[in-house]
Amino acid sequence: MSLPILEAKQICKQFKDPVAINVLNDISFSVNKGEFVSVIGKSGCGKSTLLYILSTMDTDYQGELLIDGERMTGRKDHELASVRNEKIGFVFQFHYLLNEFSVLQNIILPGQKLNKKSLGELENRAMELMKILGIQKLSNKKPNQLSGGEKQRVAIARALINEPHIIMGDEPTGNLDKKNSEIVFDIFNQLSAELGQSLLIVTHDPEFAARTSRIIEMEDGRIIRQ
Amino acid sequence: MSVKLNISIARALLLARWKQTMVAAVGVTFSITMFIALLGFMTGLNILLDSLLMNRTPHVRLYREVRANPNQPVNLSSQYNRHYNFISSVKSGNSREQIYNSATIMQNIRRDDRVLGLAPKITSQVFFNEGNIDITGVVYGIDVEAEIRLFYFNDYVITGNTSDLKNVANTIILGKGLAEKLLADIGDIVQVTNAQGERFRLKVAGYYQSGVQSLDKTQSFASIQTVQKILGKPNNYITDILVKLKDVNQAAAIAGEYANNYETDAEDFKTANAQFETGSSARSVISYAVGITLLIVAGFGIYNILNMMIYDKMDSIAILKATGFSGKDVKLIFMVIALGIGLFGGALGLLFGFLVSLLLDQVPFHSSAAPAVNTYPINYNPVFYFIGAVFSLVTTYFAGFFPARKASKVDPVIIIRGK
Repeated sequence: MSLPILEAKQICKQFKDPVAINVLNDISFSVNKGEFVSVIGKSGCGKSTLLYILSTMDTDYQGELLIDGERMTGRKDHELASVRNEKIGFVFQFHYLLNEFSVLQNIILPGQKLNKKSLGELENRAMELMKILGIQKLSNKKPNQLSGGEKQRVAIARALINEPHIIMGDEPTGNLDKKNSEIVFDIFNQLSAELGQSLLIVTHDPEFAARTSRIIEMEDGRIIRQ
Repeated sequence: MSVKLNISIARALLLARWKQTMVAAVGVTFSITMFIALLGFMTGLNILLDSLLMNRTPHVRLYREVRANPNQPVNLSSQYNRHYNFISSVKSGNSREQIYNSATIMQNIRRDDRVLGLAPKITSQVFFNEGNIDITGVVYGIDVEAEIRLFYFNDYVITGNTSDLKNVANTIILGKGLAEKLLADIGDIVQVTNAQGERFRLKVAGYYQSGVQSLDKTQSFASIQTVQKILGKPNNYITDILVKLKDVNQAAAIAGEYANNYETDAEDFKTANAQFETGSSARSVISYAVGITLLIVAGFGIYNILNMMIYDKMDSIAILKATGFSGKDVKLIFMVIALGIGLFGGALGLLFGFLVSLLLDQVPFHSSAAPAVNTYPINYNPVFYFIGAVFSLVTTYFAGFFPARKASKVDPVIIIRGK
């Protein structure tokens, strides 16, 4: 249980435009398998910036990033894309579902991209996930027919389709009301507790953070408590 | 599998915005339709106009020019060959207009692989007598079969029967204008006087219309034997040998060769009709230019629509990239969209182009210059369809290339953070 899934070593980032600002300063921490970690901090403290670096989407930083023991720093665009596809699941503040596809298609899209399972297997897994998330009745609807909470749950199902090593969330409850936030949190908790899923969630909601297994608090680009 | 997935994503994006897709495709369809119809019509007309000339023009014509002997006796004399000789009042010699040894020459030319065929011809100046007026005219003595085969003689005989010329002795086919002047109907007898003043009676077998009024007022045709009789010449008397070649472009070279080999004058069609090439190629260039302009304009239309689509789909591109689609995949998706529009629009365009061509083909078109043509001439050359298909794909490829590259470079972080 102590194997680190994600390791950040002395990560620094600067915004050079309009003036050089250190957004992240010497960030080092790791997330172990099965941990439910939340990152909190005030707006502008660099927590989202950190998340995008950890998610491999942002490659403009100094320091070193390891996912699943492999070095991500300095890899090529398409290699990082396949790492994101296979090992990381994303849940954003906004759902980012494709309105052109049905809910089911949206969920299995990353799976089709990974291309390790047949379409039938992927559909079975998607249905299973939807059952866990309580949205199995929505599979043939289009995302624009769904409520905000439902959309977010579809996005979580999509994040889970490839059985990722870690799920990263950027304010996943930021756009949701109390009730739906609660549902989403319970899902995360359940994933962590029952399936041993590692999670790294950025939030500014202290209540949400308080209930996670570990809190990393940031201020002005530094980790002040973890 | 990845490619297949990308194509299915592209298809979904295309169908989701099918109205936009239609507008883009209609642009391509319209331009390809116009391209095909325009080119088919223009080249059809071009071929018609060219054939007006080319059908009746020999590629090489062998004849004897009446002219002064370039080797005057004094130049041949060894006594004066170191002198500079001035000779005044040189006259054309009494050389004959006939081609010497014509039977052998024709036999040799017929054996030449480069030659499609030849037609012997006699030109003779005559007077047509109508009451007490004489009308000057020309009777061509022709080999009817060769003339029909090589110079489409039948197309220009508007009434009457060309085979009568060969089968019935002393028959003549008159130019339309000439026949009107002579008030000669088919079956009537016209009187012809040769240069020596001898009279002949010839039966009218048909009318000929070339479309050139001045020629139709003077020209007439009879068989070689008939004309030889009018002129009082033996049956080896031939003034012209008209040669059609398999490859027109060799005309100049072969003309030179024949002139040398057979000691006659030879003229190739380009020398005789220098203005012809210019007009023909200029018309082709114009029609291609218009067609290609249309396609390029359609290409810009597609470019715009794809650009719009990318702004529209920024979120989708971002999430595709976040969930593991690489820039390459995104590029492929947009290229498939562009080429899909090109393929669909292009295929419809080819079909509509063909239909418009068929329609134009039905529009009545009467020209005295081309009595055999009743509707607009259309050229259904498959080359145009091929060019249209290739060009529709090439323009859409380039129209899609830049937007697709832009899409592939979308930074998901910026989009996702922007919300």
